[in-house]
Amino acid sequence: MQAVKRFINRLRSKSPWLLHFDCGSCNGCDIEILACLTPVYDVERFGIIHVGNPFHADILLTSGTVNHRNKKVLANLYSQMPNPKIVVAIGACGLSGGVFREAYNVVGGIDKVIPVDVYVPGCPPKPEAIIDGAVLGLGKLLQLQERKEA
Amino acid sequence: MTRTAILIACGLVAGPIIGGLVSGMDRILTARMQSRIGPPVLQPFYDVVKLLFKEPLVVNVWQAFCAYCYIAAASISLVLFFLQSDLLLIFFVQAVGAVFLVVGALSSTSPFSQIGAHRELLQILSYEPLLVLVVVGFYLETGSFKIADIYAWQHPLLLKLPFLFIVLGYALTIKLRKSPFDLSTCHHAHQELVKGLLTDYSGPFLALTEIGHWFEVVLLLGVCTLFWSTSWIGMAVLLAATYFLEVLVDNITSRMTWRWMLSYVWGVGLTLSLVNLIWLHQG
Repeated sequence: MQAVKRFINRLRSKSPWLLHFDCGSCNGCDIEILACLTPVYDVERFGIIHVGNPFHADILLTSGTVNHRNKKVLANLYSQMPNPKIVVAIGACGLSGGVFREAYNVVGGIDKVIPVDVYVPGCPPKPEAIIDGAVLGLGKLLQLQERKEA
Repeated sequence: MTRTAILIACGLVAGPIIGGLVSGMDRILTARMQSRIGPPVLQPFYDVVKLLFKEPLVVNVWQAFCAYCYIAAASISLVLFFLQSDLLLIFFVQAVGAVFLVVGALSSTSPFSQIGAHRELLQILSYEPLLVLVVVGFYLETGSFKIADIYAWQHPLLLKLPFLFIVLGYALTIKLRKSPFDLSTCHHAHQELVKGLLTDYSGPFLALTEIGHWFEVVLLLGVCTLFWSTSWIGMAVLLAATYFLEVLVDNITSRMTWRWMLSYVWGVGLTLSLVNLIWLHQG
């Protein structure tokens, strides 16, 4: 039974489907995220598929600062993703609010609204760093599952 | 009796295994055509197992019910094919499954799901008459709707039904959800309608629709083998060539509108079938 569970968890980490949400970013990070899908980086090698649908997603990639308008959208998207799921925050703004953190309309980083598992710093981070963040997230997913079952 | 049981088991096992492998090779071939490396060949199995063990989130109960009905109908139609049953019966069972998938999508209020479902209905409307005409072609040539009799036929049917094979190719392109007919939902490109028909199916239910899809793909590839039933090599070459063409067409064409699909597929498909049927009738 344990072996079966471990096998399922292994398969889980081989098929991460991404949902990308631009939470008010300047599009710098988003261009780098989309670059991961091009033939140069080809994230489909790892089974990663970019889905536009929270119902199908395993990883939520978010970039940009959270403000009072879009925090509900972010929380809503997160709640629509079936478990197990992880969140990866991309870029300086996603981590802490970046240069906009003092602005009156800004709540702060992604982790002010939903729990974040992996932080990928940079302004913007390189596509390699984003892929690395997603793969780290998969490791964490595996860990969380095994701890829950133990 | 044991032979029947073995054939039923073969149908139930062959559907997901062959369908998944075909889908994996399809994804690698597509990636290579786009100068990418692509996922491992077992990737579709990873995806389905992952989905099966995700938390079931259901937008409404009817959708879950429809997903089960779809996979039931798809698997029954493939099992009937393995039992070498009646082609018309097989296609009616398959059509019931296809309609259940649409009903499931219609039962949710999401506009993406709704539009996807309407487009899927139009796709069914486009390919069903063509499939029936292909079956009629088999009947005119061999005098039987039974697959057992068609496999027993001495000459390759492709030489007598070349146009009907092209017509089947159109139906296959629609059924495989390939461009230019990937209107309702598609394996890549999730931009326009999110995931269309499948938007609100999630987790285990999405996995069920995917396995059902594999059953249908194997069924249609099985129907392709009827066109060269005299030798295994002929069958394999025909299948490989057909599937390669499907992937090629998928990669070199773009998605069109449903109006274009309906007029083009009916225009070309019905004309080619009629020419072939008249030729059979005269000859």
